[in-house]
Amino acid sequence: MSGDAGVAVVDEVPGLVDGTPLLKVRDLTVTFSSRNRTTVRAVDGVSLDVAPGSTVGIVGESGSGKSVTSLAALGLLGRRGVEVGGSVEFDGADLLHMPEDELRAVRGREIAMIFQDPMSSLNPVLTVGRQITEILERHRDLKGNEARDRAAELLQSVGIGDSLRRLRSYPHQLSGGMRQRVMIAMALACSPRLLIADEPTTALDVTISAQILELLRLLVAETQTALVLITHDLGVVAGMCDTVHVMYSGRIVESAPRRALFAEPQHPYTTGLLASVPRMDQPRGNPLLPIPGSPSDTLPWSQGCAFAPRCTRRVPESVGCPPPLLHVGSRAGRHLVRCVNPVPSP
Amino acid sequence: MSLTAGADLAAGSADSGATGEQAAGLYRDAFRRLRRSPTAIVGAALVALFVFVAVFAPLLAPYSPTAVDLTDIRPGVFPGPSAEHPLGLDQLGRDELSRIIYGARYSLLIGIVSLSLGAVVGLALGLLAGAFGGWVDGLVMRLVDIMLAVPSLLLAIGVAALLGPRLLSVMIAIAVVNVPIFARLLRGSMLAQRRSDYALAARSLGVTRGRIVLQHVFPNSLAPVIVQGTLALATAIIEAAGLAFLGLGSADPAIPEWGRMLAETNAFLASAPLLALWPGLAIVLSVMGFYLLGEALREALDPKLRR
Repeated sequence: MSGDAGVAVVDEVPGLVDGTPLLKVRDLTVTFSSRNRTTVRAVDGVSLDVAPGSTVGIVGESGSGKSVTSLAALGLLGRRGVEVGGSVEFDGADLLHMPEDELRAVRGREIAMIFQDPMSSLNPVLTVGRQITEILERHRDLKGNEARDRAAELLQSVGIGDSLRRLRSYPHQLSGGMRQRVMIAMALACSPRLLIADEPTTALDVTISAQILELLRLLVAETQTALVLITHDLGVVAGMCDTVHVMYSGRIVESAPRRALFAEPQHPYTTGLLASVPRMDQPRGNPLLPIPGSPSDTLPWSQGCAFAPRCTRRVPESVGCPPPLLHVGSRAGRHLVRCVNPVPSP
Repeated sequence: MSLTAGADLAAGSADSGATGEQAAGLYRDAFRRLRRSPTAIVGAALVALFVFVAVFAPLLAPYSPTAVDLTDIRPGVFPGPSAEHPLGLDQLGRDELSRIIYGARYSLLIGIVSLSLGAVVGLALGLLAGAFGGWVDGLVMRLVDIMLAVPSLLLAIGVAALLGPRLLSVMIAIAVVNVPIFARLLRGSMLAQRRSDYALAARSLGVTRGRIVLQHVFPNSLAPVIVQGTLALATAIIEAAGLAFLGLGSADPAIPEWGRMLAETNAFLASAPLLALWPGLAIVLSVMGFYLLGEALREALDPKLRR
């Protein structure tokens, strides 16, 4: 990746934090290959840091590699037909080369994950209580009444009242929002230091979604848990994240502290995303501007900017060699963008 | 650590209502749906009748199945239904009704034993293949393929030839036919469930592989197996009758087996057609009962109809 363009290249790590990061992803690459030898590079050289207690957003549309990044980091992709390169360090330990049983001890205890669809993410034949106590047994050695009381406490903490009775409920007896609360309770059961939430509110309706996000925000603030929030919703990012990474076609195209990203978006893809979201501070009647084309109109990164085929600011230099990730403004601003013709600051 | 932040959210949460008031099990849910299905009721009634008759045969049957009443028997004459013998007498002067009633015992016995045997072995193989995957899966499934490749009738003839014409060989033959069915069914179901979101979620929270397979994947894979079990009972009854009809059942002529009764009346079909009708009807009704019940079960347990 380094040295793929001129002098100004500072292919530095986005969101670099002062002090030691909790999660350190370097040049993560995930390649899926199928029998007929077609390979897909789902994640292409992603580097990012997550500081303890911070909230990091990863934004991108379907297929941009945001979920695969998190699954690969936790070793959840399986082995067949998957090749993971680069490095992922959690608190100094290399997750990618960790034996499976050690990794299992990290999952749930140190790093927990929440998924998109709370209906299918809960086992339909086990009670909610059983599913929470299973995690407590596994990582905390709690058994019987002790585990049950702790589980009830957890349900209470995610805003489920009458928790002792709810422990005996089956997932299909709960509403979508309640199920996601249960998932959050399971994920936070062992007070992990890092929580990865993969589109936690996509399957929920708007009001419930807002409640769940507020709950997440409060819980991670209270427990000092670092949160990686994977989403395609810039509104979610605006409300919660300290740092934001925008992904396109497997690469980070822009990353910045939240304020900088929303105030001065530099990558045409980011501005496109922002223009396609309705905003309260815009006058009524302003049209929403869609990004032309579809995500399948990509260029392989090796041949230039993957976004170029859809980009309104495309210049001849966009195609040819892959654009480097460059600093915008001062280095202290930590605003990086991967574009040869970035949008000028307003 | 105290996680109390969410508690104050609970008050205002619009989603605090759950759909079910009482904590009811998943299978209780299916049972509720079953009770509303006419198919299930007819099927269950037939099955209940069949089981009742089989269990209480000595109390229900007016005569012993082997007692011979020769008072009205002449060569070529078959006394039809009468007050003493509601279904008439068979070619040897035995009460047809009593034989049909006792026959239910043998059908049920053969069905249950062969099903249990086949299901246990089949499920063990399926669990092995579904839990480990990889080369274990390949090995087990090739074995099962070989079993499937042998026609069931041929297999039954082979077993009968090996063990002699006994009830046990009929049971084993039918069990062997059931093994690959259950093995494939459980394995396929488990493979699908292993890729499910909840398995991934459990994995992401550090649950061990063995636990995921046994506690999460296996119970979720059982619904089609339960349905197949009901249908397999029906098939077992037909197969037992078929084998007996071909003379591969028990060689003991005293045993009132429906298939065998059907075969024996073959010769008198022109003079006493009713004697063929009764065992045939018994087979049809009991098989239909299990089929209807199985069909209704499949519908009740279908995850797509749930919610």
